[in-house]
Amino acid sequence: MSAPFVEFVGIEKAFFGVPILRGISFDLPAGGALGLVGENGAGKSTLMNIFGGNLAPDRGHMRLAGREYTPATPRDAERNGVAFIHQELNLFPNLSIGENLFLTRFPSQRGTSLIDYSRLNELTVKLLEEVGLAALPGQSVETLSTGERQLVEIAKALSTDARVIIFDEPTTSLSRSETERLFALIARLRPRGIAFIYISHTLADVFQLCQQIVVLRDGAVVGDGPAHSFTESKLISLMVGREINRLFPERNPTSRLAEPLLQVRGLSCCGKLQDISLTIHRGEIVGLAGLMGAGRSELARSIFGLDPRTSGEVILNDRRLKPLNPRAAIRNGAAFLTENRGSEGLCLQLSVADNLSLACLPRHSRPVLKRLNFETLRAAVERIRAVVRVDSKASNEQPVRTLSGGNQQKIVLGKWLLNEPRVLLLDEPTRGIDVGAKSEIYRLILDLAAKGNGILLISSEIEELIGLCDRILVLSRGRIVREFARDQFHREEILRAALGSAAPA
Amino acid sequence: MTRVGPKILKGAPLLILTALVLFFGVWNTRFLEPRNLLNIIAQASSTGILAIGMTFVLLTAGVDLSVGAMMFVAAAVAGKLALAGVSMPLVLLAMLAITLLFAAFNALFIVHVLVAPFIVTLATLFIGRGVGLFITQTRAINLPEVFLTFGSARMLGVPLPACLFAALLVLAHVILTRTPFGRECFALGHSLEAARKAGICCEKRLFQVYLISGLCAVFASVITLGQLGAVSPKFGEQKEFAAIAAAVLGGASLFGGRGNILPGTLVGSLLIQTIENGLVVTNADPYLYPMVISGVIFLAVLLETVRNRYIRSNDQHRFSSSRR
Repeated sequence: MSAPFVEFVGIEKAFFGVPILRGISFDLPAGGALGLVGENGAGKSTLMNIFGGNLAPDRGHMRLAGREYTPATPRDAERNGVAFIHQELNLFPNLSIGENLFLTRFPSQRGTSLIDYSRLNELTVKLLEEVGLAALPGQSVETLSTGERQLVEIAKALSTDARVIIFDEPTTSLSRSETERLFALIARLRPRGIAFIYISHTLADVFQLCQQIVVLRDGAVVGDGPAHSFTESKLISLMVGREINRLFPERNPTSRLAEPLLQVRGLSCCGKLQDISLTIHRGEIVGLAGLMGAGRSELARSIFGLDPRTSGEVILNDRRLKPLNPRAAIRNGAAFLTENRGSEGLCLQLSVADNLSLACLPRHSRPVLKRLNFETLRAAVERIRAVVRVDSKASNEQPVRTLSGGNQQKIVLGKWLLNEPRVLLLDEPTRGIDVGAKSEIYRLILDLAAKGNGILLISSEIEELIGLCDRILVLSRGRIVREFARDQFHREEILRAALGSAAPA
Repeated sequence: MTRVGPKILKGAPLLILTALVLFFGVWNTRFLEPRNLLNIIAQASSTGILAIGMTFVLLTAGVDLSVGAMMFVAAAVAGKLALAGVSMPLVLLAMLAITLLFAAFNALFIVHVLVAPFIVTLATLFIGRGVGLFITQTRAINLPEVFLTFGSARMLGVPLPACLFAALLVLAHVILTRTPFGRECFALGHSLEAARKAGICCEKRLFQVYLISGLCAVFASVITLGQLGAVSPKFGEQKEFAAIAAAVLGGASLFGGRGNILPGTLVGSLLIQTIENGLVVTNADPYLYPMVISGVIFLAVLLETVRNRYIRSNDQHRFSSSRR
């Protein structure tokens, strides 16, 4: 192998004392294509943010073409020839292709500050030819498909003489033929010495495109070698291979004979969900596994009536919800804990008591003029605080933004429990919460199930699902692709199903 | 929506304008006389020039409610100085200075203190009207003849205000479509964050945009002074709404990133003036004017919202999968 072109040496990074990257070292040669794989939260994006100049590493250094490389800003990275093609593209759809390519360095007509459009078109045509995009330079970007916009981004990278191009999940929104076109272009550009770092969950793509694969797990490199030395199942076991810790209380599976609380039949939602059917019984915890973007949150939102559906029905407590909206869902005993507790689940400026009582105010108003009955309200707040075990040091008047993530999540949960729901949709209930608070939330979830509630649990942590659920449904590209009963739980099988790999019979 | 949908939405203001001209023309043939049509353009000039500045501001997803008040302050200063015998060039210079001061105040708080444009310019609206009333002591000031000649002068048979309006339209159009400055305004109006990432100096651009709006207010003030020959306490009042309506009718989006001077802002300002003029020609009850004009403004905003929703749903449809 030729001399390393990009080198990472002992990169370490921690957020608030939690290590995210623990000494990452690997390198790739000029013209190389490296696949970077790992589970959600393994540290891929943090590493690339460091490489792209968005973050500075705590320890370790990087080298580019043999020289020290310490980008202070994204612009700095760009000047060093590092181009980053994000999942959400950074183009201006209201401008033309040419204008997007040369936005900060328009060619000007001699002696004036007017843009020289004929020169701009010439330069653009040349770049578009290089990336193989049949479009006019004056065409506005909003007329292009996602795949075509990606080609414009690549053209932009080429126009700044990029030497390393990073792709973050480029193919999730591309059709098969667009993907092939992208790969062909990458193959054409590599002999020029442009190196590619390719981040993806689609392992088949990684094998097709890359000669070298680096596997991250928990912020460390657990595998690094030529692509042909890996198999798909080896990659998956490297990505997952973690011991289940004893974070989870004992779980006694419920009998499946219990009555159904929530039934979803044939639910579809334009392009995001296709023909989803599921049932949650009394006392049952059903897990929903899947990759980012597989449609897990969308499913919960659709059941709760937040997103419009194109077909299908939701039956809660034997009542068919029609119309399907949050109000009807709540009235029939549903509660939805969103994944963004800060922006959607809480009013951060309001106090603990205000937030807890937010969803149950009508229950505590007097018949005349709907005046609030503060006595019963206060009693209810106190009762629920004890149930969800909000830190006793926090006063009822304290604004919730001053509390820890774990306590905030307990308050969101408590808010819904005051409404005495039968079915809880929990979307990433333990995201960004420390281990201690996590286990308390787990116990709460199990208590709720033991009391006869039905729970739909969405989580990116497979361990969490395995530890808590009676059944796990795996969602991939908007469809339920597999269902596992508790005695069939198998981490690698679940991940394999989520990645959309062919399941062994 | 079918494919014709967006085209009709885009061309709607021009269609409405044509329909109105024909309608008023049939009602009263005097309406279609060249003299009356030129008159409409001349009368549309001051609102139209404000709308030019407003188009720049709206493009960057901002708004400038203080343009009418800046007109008033400039006119009040002009009135006082002219009566005191100060020479014409100096009066114009003073108008320019005081207006740019207000505009810079707007820009400073919007760009550097990050107060919402709506709030800042609403404040300067009241400050400006207050300052104007203080200067004029709420009395009407009649200006010397010189000012009136500017309003009635003609170049090749075209009223001078209309000539100035035309020149500014062309200039603004060239700036927006053919200079880096203009294209950067489009970019940062679409997404400030993305524009920053692309390396555009957004603060500088935004500052300049509010200065441009102030500059347009000076021109509008001079033209209105020339047409009225006097400063009354109601000078420039509620002009900001006509200017916003004209720009929005012409296709500027209140969410930024969309808008055009030619034909957009031109058509928008002519449309509004045509309604006013048509109401006069058809002898409509003057007390009906506010209702009809506000009806048109409502229509403009409605149109813009529908158009935007269409564009956005179109976007979402195509990129729904790329969002996450």
